[in-house]
Amino acid sequence: MTTPLAHYLILAALLFSIGLAGALTRRNAILVLLGIELMLNAANLNFIAFWRFGPHPEKLTGLMFVLFSIAIGAAEAAIGLALVIAIYRHRRTAQLDRLDSLKG
Amino acid sequence: MLNEFAFLLCAALTLAGAVAAMTLRNLVHCALCAAGAFAGLAALYLQLDAQFVGFAQFLVYVGAIAILIVFTVLLTRGAEIRPGESTASPAPWMGLLVGVLVLACLIGSIVASPGLFRVPSQTARASVQQIGEQLMNQYVLPLETIGLLLTAALLGAVVIALREPPDK
Repeated sequence: MTTPLAHYLILAALLFSIGLAGALTRRNAILVLLGIELMLNAANLNFIAFWRFGPHPEKLTGLMFVLFSIAIGAAEAAIGLALVIAIYRHRRTAQLDRLDSLKG
Repeated sequence: MLNEFAFLLCAALTLAGAVAAMTLRNLVHCALCAAGAFAGLAALYLQLDAQFVGFAQFLVYVGAIAILIVFTVLLTRGAEIRPGESTASPAPWMGLLVGVLVLACLIGSIVASPGLFRVPSQTARASVQQIGEQLMNQYVLPLETIGLLLTAALLGAVVIALREPPDK
């Protein structure tokens, strides 16, 4: 174990920024969801890294948080993709900029 | 030395997968590249001695969520963009700017923090038995709540995606 904690944090920061930029710039709803999942995973990586490098790894706190976070991520993906399918059935599109019915 | 090399390899796989997933035009390619990124993250968890979470990540993200995304892509056929059309939102530069600013803030605070370049002394042990005991004792209420949430999400996803009956 020679890799310092900062390397993991920088990797997580890069992953988070890629996910954020993707979620903000892509038009397809599926890819926006994918970007959000990438951001969630970057946070999970931070939790695991801090758990491993922290003073009390035997308490398993960060590990437990990531387990619950993965479960929440799975639920979020299922609901989000179901919404995309429902919207596609009504509007025949998954492009977010075409879903502007509420725009004045 | 070997450890550092393995970290760099996993990090490169994760970042390349993430970048490809967010930039490619073909949605199926995006989903498969994202699966590669999730697999790289699972390898990083294994490297950090979190075996159980690593395999859970592999099963849930590479096994379930990536497949779910591929299914959604295939079910929304015809929704993808035409050859000449842009894949980006109307103002992509704003999104890129926000991403770069957030990255600069995060990297700046990581580099400025003291004590982040230490390496842990003892090896952390997280056996499945320990995780199970914690889940059944200290975290039993969150575990039950997550079970309820997953059930609700599953039913909700089915209800939302269900074909609506035609209006009479």
